[in-house]
Amino acid sequence: MLPNWFFKWNSERPANIYGPAILVGAVGSAVIVVVALISLGQPYATASIQTGPAGTGMSRTEFKSDLAKPDPSIEAMYFDEPYIPEGGENLAKDIYKNVQVLGDLTEDNFNRVMGAMTQWVAPEQGCAYCHGDVALEEYGADDLYTKVVARRMIQMTQNINENWDGHVNVNKEVGVTCFTCHRGENVPSDIWFRIAPVTKATEGWSAVQNRVTVQSQYTSLPSDALETYLLKTESIKVHNLDAHADEYPSDPDVPTWQNAERTFSLMNYISNSLGVNCVFCHNSRAFYDPGQVTPQWATELLGISMVQELNNEYLVPLTEVYPPERLGPVYQDAPKAACKTCHKGYQQPLQGTNVIGNYPELAATGAPVYD
Amino acid sequence: MAMIEYQNIFTQVQVRGAPEVGLDEQGTLSGERIGTPGFSNLAGWIGNAQLGPIYLGWAGMVSLGCGCLWLNIIGINMLAQVNWSIPELLRQGFWLALEPPSPQYGLKIPPLQDGGWYIISSFFLLVAVCSWWLRSYMLAQEQKMGKHVAWAFGSAIWLFLVLGLFRPILMGSWSEMVPYGIFPHLDWTTAFSIRYGNLYYNPFHCLSIVFLYGSVLLFAMHGATILAVTRYGGDRELEQIADRGTASERAALFWRWTMGFNATMEGIHRWAWWFAVLTPITGGIGILLTGTVVDNWFIWAQEHHFAPMYDGSYGYGEYGTYEGFIGQGGN
Repeated sequence: MLPNWFFKWNSERPANIYGPAILVGAVGSAVIVVVALISLGQPYATASIQTGPAGTGMSRTEFKSDLAKPDPSIEAMYFDEPYIPEGGENLAKDIYKNVQVLGDLTEDNFNRVMGAMTQWVAPEQGCAYCHGDVALEEYGADDLYTKVVARRMIQMTQNINENWDGHVNVNKEVGVTCFTCHRGENVPSDIWFRIAPVTKATEGWSAVQNRVTVQSQYTSLPSDALETYLLKTESIKVHNLDAHADEYPSDPDVPTWQNAERTFSLMNYISNSLGVNCVFCHNSRAFYDPGQVTPQWATELLGISMVQELNNEYLVPLTEVYPPERLGPVYQDAPKAACKTCHKGYQQPLQGTNVIGNYPELAATGAPVYD
Repeated sequence: MAMIEYQNIFTQVQVRGAPEVGLDEQGTLSGERIGTPGFSNLAGWIGNAQLGPIYLGWAGMVSLGCGCLWLNIIGINMLAQVNWSIPELLRQGFWLALEPPSPQYGLKIPPLQDGGWYIISSFFLLVAVCSWWLRSYMLAQEQKMGKHVAWAFGSAIWLFLVLGLFRPILMGSWSEMVPYGIFPHLDWTTAFSIRYGNLYYNPFHCLSIVFLYGSVLLFAMHGATILAVTRYGGDRELEQIADRGTASERAALFWRWTMGFNATMEGIHRWAWWFAVLTPITGGIGILLTGTVVDNWFIWAQEHHFAPMYDGSYGYGEYGTYEGFIGQGGN
């Protein structure tokens, strides 16, 4: 292919070109990388926030590029300000039929909240999603399951804001509305169903784990942690608080390493839900020790109790109300909530945006207090 | 121009002749060896270029047979768990496992679907490992060698037996055994440490880590030293042990001048052997004490005054604000 003079010229001037080529290439590449890093900056720069005493390694680290992006849901959130009642207005319960919740709202505020709920939960279907495609006079009917569920969800929202204030308003007023979970969708993302056992071929301890499932957060840890702790409220603790204990794994109620795996599965789920790591709450050298935890651990403990109540008193009792397509794939169980349903990967849902400030109607049961 | 050439990635010289078949005093060994010897250039880069023949003997046959049964029981159980779908087996392969029984069965024989197959496969693994040990002992005997390899392997078997036999019996439950699976056995490791209050506070775990990292350090020092004196014949270690030459002298001087002390051509191998062997021996003691004698290593460490409390506040609120961290104002 090449002319003969080329090969002749080469053969008359033997030289090792590979050694110098590798040397020049390696040194040249290093120079280019160093110059690029100095002039363009570190592309994967991180920022961290300390979460515990120096020397414990307690810190949370994020890429600066991730921190620079606010949660896009904040921008997308619909809200409007309340009409402060001047007294004497007609209330929704006097005007409309079958108003079991939010009846103490003035007509303007009632319609304002209804409008917001539409934007939060069913922006495409509009009012008809719950009320059906009927005349305004028929809106009192409970013909659609969506309306029955929505009423219960309003009660749930009020309960969270009123009675779980220590979790949802722990740092400042944040609260929850329909939007916290729904984000403009009929069915919130990051709900969960019971799926264990996950294999047909095995039983017992073998049957609840080692599968790539959402419930195990794609680990091989047990897939039944959410139902065991957030539905059945079994004990999450696995440690002995004495150095020596006279007990055996086969005794009932003695936690084994299997229980530790299930607890680990739940903790991993919580970490992923909040976008944090173990040392956000714990000093990892003694996970169990309440003397070495952060204030966030207590907030989380409240959150676990809250989720247990939400599932058992609000969500599961709705099982009979839902149509089949809303039920779980294995047990036809009701959709359930957990940390990720609200948090969606953020330490505080919607990065701590105050969602309840404009909606005192959802902040407590009973007549709203405007200020 | 001075050329930089790195010479020690691969063995540069491969000596080839007729395949080396070794001694056969009784005339029976060659009949029991399998395979026609051949040469591999690739193998020669990292070791001896000659491949084969191999002598299995009855112990080797028993070991391979039982090992295959162990592996196949695991594989077929995994396949059953994914409804006999090969694509799913490949997709979830790292997640799948053959798990030990549920805790309530104690030391009784559990149902096949809940750890029974695990116990059966573990029996085959036990036989496979022990007969492989026997083979390493008998082969050394055959060559009129010391039994150092067998005893070193035995120290690993000690840890294996602690994990799978001695500790489960002391704990009164086969459920304490380690799952056979890629991720699941790692999950066991984490869960085991967490359940018993942090294994890092177990002094025998500490010792095991010392010997493990020490082995790595010694291996690097020794390997580097010998490679550095191969140009003086230092890689011919046996000759250097019997008749110390300039390679040994230089290597010894190097370390004596570096740190005031040097091993000997023979002694370095005793250092390496003991460090390697003590890794699983101390580790095994640590595992054996966990859950049997000590149930919470962190509290045990506090009682023995080597888990000091740290000064400083807990919670990010003491060090900054969430708003500041995510760039929404604040500090």
